[in-house]
Amino acid sequence: MIDGFIALYIFMLAAFTGYEVIARVPVILHTPLMSGSNFVHGIVLVGAMVALGHATTPLGRVIGFIGVVLAAGNAVGGYVVTERMLEMFRSSGEKKP
Amino acid sequence: MTAATLIQSSYFVAAVLFIMGLKRMSSPRTARGGILWAGAGMLVATLVTFAWPGMDNYALMLGAIGVGGGLAWITGKRVAITDMPQMIALYNGMGGGAAAAIAAVELLKGGEHPLTLYVLAVLGGLIGAVSFSGSLIAFAKLQSLIKRSVRFPGQQIFNIAVLVASAAAGALIIVSHDAGVTDVAVFFLLALALGVLMTLPIGGADMPVVISLYNALTGLAVAFEGFVLNNAAMIIAGTVVGAAGTLLTQLMAKAMNRSLGNVLFSGFGETAAPTAGEDRGSMKPIEVNDAAVMLTFAQKVIIVPGYGMAVAQAQHKIWELAQLLMARGVKVKFAIHPVAGRMPGHMNVLLAEAGVPYDLIYDLEEINSEFETADVALIIGANDVVNPSARNDTASPIFGMPILNADKAKNVIVIKRGQGAGFSGIENALFFLDRTRMLYGDGQAAASQLVQGIKTV
Repeated sequence: MIDGFIALYIFMLAAFTGYEVIARVPVILHTPLMSGSNFVHGIVLVGAMVALGHATTPLGRVIGFIGVVLAAGNAVGGYVVTERMLEMFRSSGEKKP
Repeated sequence: MTAATLIQSSYFVAAVLFIMGLKRMSSPRTARGGILWAGAGMLVATLVTFAWPGMDNYALMLGAIGVGGGLAWITGKRVAITDMPQMIALYNGMGGGAAAAIAAVELLKGGEHPLTLYVLAVLGGLIGAVSFSGSLIAFAKLQSLIKRSVRFPGQQIFNIAVLVASAAAGALIIVSHDAGVTDVAVFFLLALALGVLMTLPIGGADMPVVISLYNALTGLAVAFEGFVLNNAAMIIAGTVVGAAGTLLTQLMAKAMNRSLGNVLFSGFGETAAPTAGEDRGSMKPIEVNDAAVMLTFAQKVIIVPGYGMAVAQAQHKIWELAQLLMARGVKVKFAIHPVAGRMPGHMNVLLAEAGVPYDLIYDLEEINSEFETADVALIIGANDVVNPSARNDTASPIFGMPILNADKAKNVIVIKRGQGAGFSGIENALFFLDRTRMLYGDGQAAASQLVQGIKTV
């Protein structure tokens, strides 16, 4: 479905998007943003699920299982930590100059 | 609607939500909503993936999500705010490991595939494995499980040899098209070793940059495995993070006035390099009450927080102190160096937690000209970022790094645990100035005593 140059175009456009989204971010948000982007690549979870779902050998199942454990940790941990960090911006959220 | 259409349209929605979420996270006012958007995207993508046609092992899958997600939930909720940098490293490493695991499963499956698929699977696996083991070392260093940087002669040549060996092992898998378990195992062991070897010599002070780099690398690995699995959500989310993370890494390295190559290969970051033989004078201590009087009768005080404040959890006390001073008509500002603490913005997060409003917090460029008019610069737990050697001592390892000009203030009070050097192991010329006074003690205790002192003035 996605192949050849289409894939390359997606890659290029997504790279520019990532660059632009971050380009003007204030220093104050660097840590939460690193944490947030860390959460976003937790999407690897869906890939790990598919890999485990299609594994047929015992070894494949073991590696797939480890993959899903790690990916779920990335997604959940990334969310919890980012959410806690951003939570602190609530009280003074309206006071921005 | 078929399952395939449902999955693809949900992935599309998830990709949009990720980008919108990241966009919102890049502005303080919308940041909190941003993580909710991205979280919704993740939830949608994960749920529809269960409907992926032709899958098996659902029990294993649910068990794995329960184990990994549960452990991450508990640790993520419990960890102290000050320890968050290493948790980011840990979770990021897990993502890299997951990408490597996908690569391993796909490579072991064998069968005929286009050449590009093998190349991307191997590349993603290599990057993911390096990010996995490297992030774990970064975690261990920040958690103080590894206290020393390991260096030996010829280390870089050895590392390059390991890199070449793992690339060769990867090339072998690509060429053979039907890799055996041994080939794949050798490839991943070499890649994991590379991550460990690359990270061990890097000093603790440089870890933020390294974590950011591994974050970008994990994104890239996820994108590559997304191509292998034909998964658009992974491609887009992974690439966006790869690009954003690369830019963030550059911003961080730039704030330290170093190139990324310098951070990775110079082996600096922990080496003690005192300027030899020079008489710097002595550090002059001050009593709490004298410091309190000095602060109370100042017109303008600039507070410079650093990692020591984070360690001592002193942010609340410092804010109390600042409020007391402001009630007495003292003008108080907070000056934050871009790399103060263990990550850029680390101090901002802590001060925000304590309730310090944004408009009192200033960046390096905004505040640096103001130190000359400040009566007192109060340094709490900061060290290298106020070291004037960076400006005038060409022999100093941090020469050239932009610093906060705290030494230009009329008086400097430094709250510090002891006389030792800072995280980078470099002597700080600021501490030896005639107008500098040292207030020894744990950050929180010292701040509490100052608060008491000011109340009695």
